[in-house]
Amino acid sequence: MATNDLQGTLELLVLKTLAATGSLHGYGIVLHIQRASDELLTVEEGSLYPALHRMEQNGWIQSEWALTETRRKAKYYTLTAQGRRQLDRAEKSFDDLVKGVRAVLRYA
Amino acid sequence: MSALRRIANLFRRPRMDAEIAEELKAHVDMRIEDNVARGMRPEEARREALLVFGNTTVMREKVAAVDASLALENLARDTRFALRRMRKSPGFAVTVLLTLAIGIGANAAVFSVVNSVLLRPLPYPHSDRLLSLWLDAPGAGGLSNFESGLQMSPSMYLTFSGHNKTFESIGVWAAQPVSVTGLAQPEEVHAKMVSGGVLEALSVPAIAGRWFSQADQDPHGAKTVILGYGYWQRRFGSDRNVIGRSIQVDGITREIVGVMPRGFRIVDRDFDVLLPLAFDPQHQKLAPFGYSGVGRLKPGVTIEQADADVSRLMGLWMDSWSNGPGTNPHFYERWKITPHFKSLKNLVIGNVGSVLWVVMATVGLVMLIACTNVANLLLVRAEARQQELAVRAALGAGRARIARELLVESVLLGVLGGVLGIGLAYGGLRLLVSIGPANLPRLAEISMDARSLVFTLALSVMAGLLFGSIPAWRYARGKAALNTGGRTASVSRTRQRTRNALVVAQVAMALVLLVSAALMIRTFAELRNVSPGFTGAEHLETMRIAIPDTMVSDPKMVTRTEQQIAEKIEAIPGVRSVGFAVAAPMEGVDPNWDEIGVEGKVYPGGEPPLRMFNYVTPGFFSTMGTRIVAGRDFTWDELYGLRPRVMVSENFARENWGSAANALGKRVRQFSKMPWQEVIGVVEDVRVHGVDEKAPAIIYWGALLEDPYSAQPAIETERMVRYVIRSDRAGTENLLNQVQQAVWSVNANLPVALPGTMQEIYSQSMARTSFTLVMLGIAGAMALLLGVIGIYGVISYAVSQRTREIGIRLALGAQKGEVRWLFMRFAMTVTGVGVAIGLVAAAGLTRLMSSLLFGVSPMDPLTFVAIPLVLAVAAAVASYLPALRASGVNPVEALRAE
Repeated sequence: MATNDLQGTLELLVLKTLAATGSLHGYGIVLHIQRASDELLTVEEGSLYPALHRMEQNGWIQSEWALTETRRKAKYYTLTAQGRRQLDRAEKSFDDLVKGVRAVLRYA
Repeated sequence: MSALRRIANLFRRPRMDAEIAEELKAHVDMRIEDNVARGMRPEEARREALLVFGNTTVMREKVAAVDASLALENLARDTRFALRRMRKSPGFAVTVLLTLAIGIGANAAVFSVVNSVLLRPLPYPHSDRLLSLWLDAPGAGGLSNFESGLQMSPSMYLTFSGHNKTFESIGVWAAQPVSVTGLAQPEEVHAKMVSGGVLEALSVPAIAGRWFSQADQDPHGAKTVILGYGYWQRRFGSDRNVIGRSIQVDGITREIVGVMPRGFRIVDRDFDVLLPLAFDPQHQKLAPFGYSGVGRLKPGVTIEQADADVSRLMGLWMDSWSNGPGTNPHFYERWKITPHFKSLKNLVIGNVGSVLWVVMATVGLVMLIACTNVANLLLVRAEARQQELAVRAALGAGRARIARELLVESVLLGVLGGVLGIGLAYGGLRLLVSIGPANLPRLAEISMDARSLVFTLALSVMAGLLFGSIPAWRYARGKAALNTGGRTASVSRTRQRTRNALVVAQVAMALVLLVSAALMIRTFAELRNVSPGFTGAEHLETMRIAIPDTMVSDPKMVTRTEQQIAEKIEAIPGVRSVGFAVAAPMEGVDPNWDEIGVEGKVYPGGEPPLRMFNYVTPGFFSTMGTRIVAGRDFTWDELYGLRPRVMVSENFARENWGSAANALGKRVRQFSKMPWQEVIGVVEDVRVHGVDEKAPAIIYWGALLEDPYSAQPAIETERMVRYVIRSDRAGTENLLNQVQQAVWSVNANLPVALPGTMQEIYSQSMARTSFTLVMLGIAGAMALLLGVIGIYGVISYAVSQRTREIGIRLALGAQKGEVRWLFMRFAMTVTGVGVAIGLVAAAGLTRLMSSLLFGVSPMDPLTFVAIPLVLAVAAAVASYLPALRASGVNPVEALRAE
């Protein structure tokens, strides 16, 4: 059974982004999701930062301050082992959701 | 791990905040850079970045709120803010805190009493298994006069304790004053006579020595005594070496075998010494039923099982004992005696529960009124902050954020008020215990415990949420408020409506309280009007003398000694007359109850009903001021001659012979083998059980008479009598000293016990009513005051809000009187609605207190008319002052001020 919601989807996107890029700051995550989704998805900052902090509290990601290419100080997030497992679970769950929704749509 | 981090975060708040701010700033800066890189001008780039990002402060709070510990931090921050705001307006803070402290304090105090008296278990181990052993005897006529049924007889105790299957132990006890001599002065002390099983059932170990043993309960065994803690402290200086020493109790030398701990009581009765009852099984009859029974159930046994178990033993009891030769031992089958056991706690609490719950409900109402007042004040304050709140809402503060801030402020007020209230309650309880309303059981146990504190804290927080929720609910929707603009030329309707509703509620609640208080005042007045059956109680000094068997053994000599004492007292200057009897009215002692048969009368079931007895001497009635309505008083010659004479109360005479005069010369007897006794006098009815109880029919015997039950001629004398002394000096220390000297001049070993004027005894019989009256009176006065303040506050505020409107009205030619009337009419409308609602509520609620009323209906028309009038006048006065201010508005200034 797939348990999913919008909150969970945002977390999935963040986890996947960090898995793909290794280490990224909040602004970079916004840009990456925008680019990777061909501008279809825009992440609102108002949801992103609370989500990042929540995920850090959950132990899925960790953060450290580092310098960007433009030599600006920013907080970089990376996946933890726990976060990697969470990503697998969330991906599976999302796939189920999509399959399930598809199936229903086809049936009707 | 994450929990640890959360706790760690609690101490890192400033750094966390800074980090969040920096992270968010970096985000915005990076977007600005990208925007510039894409060719925007710098200002444009910044504006676009900020627009996309939204309100940084709100975002920062949202991010911080993710962590629970940070939310806690926010709460602390709101609290500090609320405290700062309170310091800025001390007048408001003091008003609110005092109102709350009084309301919460009253509730905390009354709850502590309810908790200590009604809710807490009795201070014995596993006290839920303790039963009070009362019996029911529906077949015994007149028995309904007994408060709770039939008590146990020694033979019942012997049968039940030997053969039951449901009790761990059963015992009986009785109270008796005894004289202790051989210490300093002779002293009358309170003794409790206990059978085996009483101490075992109560299960509280002695702090020194031991309980009574089997041998102590042997009538021919060693004579022993156990000391109560207070008496041990007072007379023996808490000396642990008293065990083994001896004291003289009623002339018998008894060895001290134990001392009971502090606070140990025999079923809520204090005692100085415990004595073994030491029943002799050889000499027991079925009667008398004068002993209180107490038993401890085996674990897991119910009261019903115990009832059934003992019912089974009734036949065995009647088979095993008799009332003497020639009597039918199964006579009591007619009485239909069945066990009617109840928990010991029920017995101790008695009927005080209803009073306490009424008082609790009353102070609860006062609390609600106080809350509405505070809510009103908070509304006014929130109104003043409306601008600020609206601006903050427009800047993105969430509804929950503003509501939380308002609620934190009100809960803080509630809790601070609660802390003050606990102080007040503590003082109030100390006062209550020291005043000691006589009929409040478990008085010594009253204290504030953890449960009272939790109750008070919960009440404070709930009160805070209650009165805070109204402004929070109203003002958290600040966005709408900004639209209407900051200026209010006139009052917005919804706001005013909320406040009006609060005042209506307040008036309604105040009305209910005032009606209840007024009903109690009417009850008190009715009670004062009742003729108790004696006169001039404040000029009647009373005291008790007990002459033990060991001091004077000859029965006639006992009465003669008592008569001599009376004569000595009568010789004291200022003493008009002296009399004595076994019991004075209202002292809570029924000397005896037994059957009385009237000559020539046939009783259904064959047995005449039980009647109350008293044993009197010549001059007792004239000293008491109790009128002899027909016939005459006893003479001393009749008493010493053991003549078959009797006096009866007027209601007994009317019941049996139609009138008092008809009773003279008629004859009655107590027992079929007793000679008929001639009625020589009829006295007016005396309300011996208190003014609020009907006067029972009473048979008055002389204090010296032939023992009706004895096979051989034997004389029954009264060794314990109460003297009544009519003197203008009643109640003075001086008179008591002279009385003491007079007693000692007859016998130097006799202590004077239980001194007190008849007025004191009389007041004590009204203690329940006066206690309820005082509590309701205080609550009613508080409610009236709070209600008046509420009305005053609302009208004042309306006036201040409508100053501009008033200015326009006056400028357009309105008369001052019209403006005044405008506001007063408004106040009277609000009051009228409140009174109407209150009347309906009062009509429903006063029914609940009908058991406390006497001589007045719960729907007493006078009360229900007078109280609304009082409230209306108070409301008129409260609104007149602000209305006067309104009419004094200067139109020019009012219009210029805006």
